[in-house]
Amino acid sequence: MAITAVPQAPRKPGRPMSPYATGPQRTSLGRKVRDNLTGHAFLIGAVLCFVVFSWYPMVRGIVMSFQRTRRGETTWVGWDNYSRLIADPSFWPAWKNTLYFTVLALVLGYAVPFFVAILLNEFRHAKGYLRVLVYLPVMLPPASALFLFKFYAYDPSEAGLFNAILKALHLPTSQWMQSPEMTMPAMVIASTWMNMGGAVLIYLASLQNIPGELYEAAELDGAGIWRRIRHVTIPQTRLILALLAMLQIVATMQLFIEPLILANGAGAEDSATSVAYLIYQHGFFQNDLNGAAALGVIMLVVLAGFSAVYVRLTAKQD
Amino acid sequence: MAQDSGTRTLISHSQLSRGRGKVIYWTLLVVVVAGFTLVFLGPLYWMVTGALKSGQEIAQTPPSLFPKDPQPQNYIDAWNNLALAKLLFNTFYYAIGAVLFQLVLDSAAAYSLSKLRPIFGNTILALMLGTLMIPAMVLIVPQYVTVLDLPILHINLLDSPFAIWLPMVANAFNIFLLKRFFDSIPEELMAAALMDGASSLRTLWSIILPLSRPILGVVSIFAVTAVWKDFLWPKLVMPSPETRTVSVGIYTFAGGTPMNVVIAASVIAAIPTVIIFLIFQRNIMSGLTTGGIKG
Repeated sequence: MAITAVPQAPRKPGRPMSPYATGPQRTSLGRKVRDNLTGHAFLIGAVLCFVVFSWYPMVRGIVMSFQRTRRGETTWVGWDNYSRLIADPSFWPAWKNTLYFTVLALVLGYAVPFFVAILLNEFRHAKGYLRVLVYLPVMLPPASALFLFKFYAYDPSEAGLFNAILKALHLPTSQWMQSPEMTMPAMVIASTWMNMGGAVLIYLASLQNIPGELYEAAELDGAGIWRRIRHVTIPQTRLILALLAMLQIVATMQLFIEPLILANGAGAEDSATSVAYLIYQHGFFQNDLNGAAALGVIMLVVLAGFSAVYVRLTAKQD
Repeated sequence: MAQDSGTRTLISHSQLSRGRGKVIYWTLLVVVVAGFTLVFLGPLYWMVTGALKSGQEIAQTPPSLFPKDPQPQNYIDAWNNLALAKLLFNTFYYAIGAVLFQLVLDSAAAYSLSKLRPIFGNTILALMLGTLMIPAMVLIVPQYVTVLDLPILHINLLDSPFAIWLPMVANAFNIFLLKRFFDSIPEELMAAALMDGASSLRTLWSIILPLSRPILGVVSIFAVTAVWKDFLWPKLVMPSPETRTVSVGIYTFAGGTPMNVVIAASVIAAIPTVIIFLIFQRNIMSGLTTGGIKG
């Protein structure tokens, strides 16, 4: 029998009512108001932080992108900031690089941790050791790890670690950060090495919540390993897979410290300039906070486009 | 022999412990253990020993596996010239504060959203989760302007640790994780506490939080790593040499410092977190992987 549908974990029938809002006797209005106030009292601290450092800056960023502040005077300038940005010769290279990085990082940094987690979940030995290893780079300050890559691994001479390994394997060596073609792959390798541990552990946690009976049932139905992954593992971890995909796209679109440290910002022939680096340049070096805000808004719109596509894709699967 | 024979995973235990399955299992295990050691520990070894090499030795081809003439002076120079003690202290201070602020405010919020469910709670949750789609880079400029002059209060938070602590509370991912965990705690426990006349705060403190230790550990680790890894935000809001974090400090000095000293500083900067990680790794791992009641 083909396995087309693996039963999902039973969902709760409807939203359970709060124990504070139900009871055999009818709750009085005063009681309801009091319960709501208690609820909001617990919320207020976090909500205030969201208001001041997240929601308000969001609105302010959009407003700023249509203004220009010169010598303490703020005026409305319409789309001027946007047209000035698009005219910046680094604008299109920055987008091209950032999107390229996002795609490469999805291939490497998203699929790899999932399969590493599946693999680790099967092992009965050395589990702790392997997990510690995978997570170790996450604990390094990223600047430390990137200096390691910059000075020791990506050294374009044959004294560099990667080139020494390539040479020992009789493969052609690379100029790494000094070659425009290798800049992005080199940054993705460094970034994945530094960051994949977190994703692996989160996947491992969700893999362990998959009921073993599902695998047993699938196996009885004659499903091989790949089909068990496709029809049990992936559907059962779909929520966390979808969430991490979204988070990773958001994270990689902000590519910043890798070009800053590995390529001193722009890299060879603008091959490392990222959108985030351009925001930083405009905001904090060219004294153009409004232009930087406008670039932020453009980034937001692009991500909104991504998430629209993403919602379409995930909705189709249901 | 098997460490946790209770759970069935992708491939059944019996299949892995006999005949061909056993051979494949052990081959794969050896390959993976060796490969992971090389990939994840190798670069760290290279870093620690590389910082012990002299300038000539680091430039030689092929590179040497062991430093021929170890130069511990590189580490001493790094410690003194970069004032690493101060930088490390700053980073720890910010990390601990961030953990406390997040634990208190985010678990209170998640508790409210999960168990108390006040009116508009779902709207607030949706607005919070919406910020997951907003990259920090989009907000960096307006956030920076906000920190320079807080609305209504008109306080400048530049060089104040609150400029790191408070924005970190606005972390939708942690609230989501906590709420999901709290959701899995049976309502009966809540109802029982209510019957006994426990207040909401009491229920949170005596029932929810003790059951949630694994997830609280995870949130704490996330908070520490977030402070440790963050670079641009502390670079902007902690501009003085006295308030810098360790990453920003090393970066600032990297330009005019010999390469090996920069790497030595990077090694020292990494030691505290690596030690913390090795000590607490059981808690971290079990918190992430078993997840208490449900995860």
